[in-house]
Amino acid sequence: MSIILDETTPVIVQGVTGRIATFHTTDMAEYGTNVVGGVTPGKGGAKHCGIDVFDTVKQAVAATEATASIVFVPPPFAADAIMEAADAGIENCVCITEGIPVQDMIKVKRYLRRYQHAKRMCLIGPNCAGVISPGKAMMGIMPSHIYQRGPVGIVSRSGTLGYEAASQLKAVGIGVSTSVGIGGDPINGSSFLDHLKRFENDNETEAVVMIGEIGGLQEAQAAVYAREHMHKPVVGYIAGLTAPKGRTMGHAGAIVSTVGESAAEKVQIMRECGVTIVKLPSDFGKIVPKVLRR
Amino acid sequence: MEIHEYQAKAILADYGVAIPDGGLAYSPEQAAYRASEIGGEQWVVKAQIHSGARGKAGGVKLCGHEREVAEAADELLGKRLVTAQTGERGKGVYRLYVEAAVAGESEIYLGFVLDRSAERVTIVASASGGMDIEEIVASDPGSIVRINVEPAVGLQAFEAREIAFAVGLDASLVPQAVQLMTSCYRAILDLDATMLEINPLTVTADGRLLALDAKMIFDDNALFRHQDVSELRDKSQEDPRERTAVDRGLSYVGLEGDIGCIINGAGLAMATMDMIKHAGGEPANFLDIGGGASPERVLKAFRLVLSDDKVKAVLVNIFAGINRCDWVAEGVVQALRQLEVPVPVVVRLSGTNVEEGRQILKEADVPVITAESLAEAGTKAVESVTGRAA
Repeated sequence: MSIILDETTPVIVQGVTGRIATFHTTDMAEYGTNVVGGVTPGKGGAKHCGIDVFDTVKQAVAATEATASIVFVPPPFAADAIMEAADAGIENCVCITEGIPVQDMIKVKRYLRRYQHAKRMCLIGPNCAGVISPGKAMMGIMPSHIYQRGPVGIVSRSGTLGYEAASQLKAVGIGVSTSVGIGGDPINGSSFLDHLKRFENDNETEAVVMIGEIGGLQEAQAAVYAREHMHKPVVGYIAGLTAPKGRTMGHAGAIVSTVGESAAEKVQIMRECGVTIVKLPSDFGKIVPKVLRR
Repeated sequence: MEIHEYQAKAILADYGVAIPDGGLAYSPEQAAYRASEIGGEQWVVKAQIHSGARGKAGGVKLCGHEREVAEAADELLGKRLVTAQTGERGKGVYRLYVEAAVAGESEIYLGFVLDRSAERVTIVASASGGMDIEEIVASDPGSIVRINVEPAVGLQAFEAREIAFAVGLDASLVPQAVQLMTSCYRAILDLDATMLEINPLTVTADGRLLALDAKMIFDDNALFRHQDVSELRDKSQEDPRERTAVDRGLSYVGLEGDIGCIINGAGLAMATMDMIKHAGGEPANFLDIGGGASPERVLKAFRLVLSDDKVKAVLVNIFAGINRCDWVAEGVVQALRQLEVPVPVVVRLSGTNVEEGRQILKEADVPVITAESLAEAGTKAVESVTGRAA
């Protein structure tokens, strides 16, 4: 197994006819992703990248039985696209778009709650690299050649740090079950905790690498969950030890504004919860093999 | 995006929040004239800079005569005001706000912030107004009340009433307070503000609630739908390099060290800064060149980083996903050929098109120190500055 995605998962691409979406749709299909359709309002009936284009997500789902979607829609319209996916019964939705207004994300999160828990769509992102289950399928923008299939789950806010971890692991012969980018926005879809739960229940995953950064409290909440409920080891890294307080470091959500949001505080909480800390971002390849052998 | 106090007050006044009479001035003469327009016997002259804690830094002056207003204005204009929030360089004072001085009976703190854990707007209030919120948290935490606003229905009257009673307002003032909070919440929603603070909100002797100071911050990502708010941007209040970066589509934060950083991705940029620090160096900046960076963007990044004369080495660290190492390498080569680069340059490339990128650097025969891994990039950058092994 793997989480969220494998080679059988039927995926649609929202905003498929855009330039960036076109590039990545082809890339995803070549990697082995089961891309079954695309959505661009007003372009229904056309063919693009060899797949059918639909006007609405509901039409696409009815025709293709898609259960997952990836959103490449520009920021002013992205929240609308996410809600459309949720309403059409999509189970997992990855949103790549960076720059969605925070009020729009408040609306999205409120909207998702109108569905009962069992039927609620899982949103991954926005402002993320997406999801890859190496050797099976990918729903994202990552360089797929740096991933090898294996027993380590990765969940990361940052795209590039997720790549860094995966490539260090590959260099020491360790592969990845699934890597999930949850995105750098202050209000995002699924959290570290949501994916730790999934990795804990995934029989292919033996250990989880969690890569956080300054800002917010999600890493700490996930660490508490790991201590209370997980049997698999968790390895953690937090970026931004040297980041000054009160400054936004690139990601809209990477800002220390209240107690508990700094890298040092998060590392402390994670350590207390039994998470194995990777002190330096160059040490994933050193620490993870030790944890796996234990 | 931040705006000035006078701009925030104008917005709030449009939404029905009561503010003292006041006017903007760019010169001492204009300031004195504003005082005469406002009338009364006492005025405050307030430096308009993007920072709180102006009072303690000498940026707010109480005056009892129009002549004093002109003198205060003369002293403040053109000065760089250093507050607890501005850093050493301070912020330039180019605009003043002259306002009728108001003697309040009591002062309340009222803030609206985006609570990212609750994923809602939270109202924070305290009867200990006048101090900033960190001071209140430290000295009088019991006075703080909070309410999360349910986004589907918005702020309800009972919630605003609970806050009004909790901060000790007289029952006769509660309806006014409810209306004020409702107006503020509407302003936040309408204008995509991420923060609105009235501190102090004062209770006057004749039973009115007046916003004596106001601060608003807006969501940069939502400015596309608020042309009017975008126009309130005051570039004089921004760090010149950070301003240039924004205009060029780069994300830059100036720091105190001497190793200039050119990185892709916010997470990797922070991690690289941490590596430099661990190797015994100090980063001069945070810089994310973003995705799909062209050679031109890399060249611009070099210009920006080198414009900081503290920089003694440049570290380029790229893990390309939607970026391309060959384009980045082209940019590095162009920078080294077109710009005067008086410092060592360390380059680490990884990911998409890495072989092509390394080949370009090799064939161009430019003086770069190459690094294979993140660890090596950090140590080589520090060694290039200190001249000894890190």
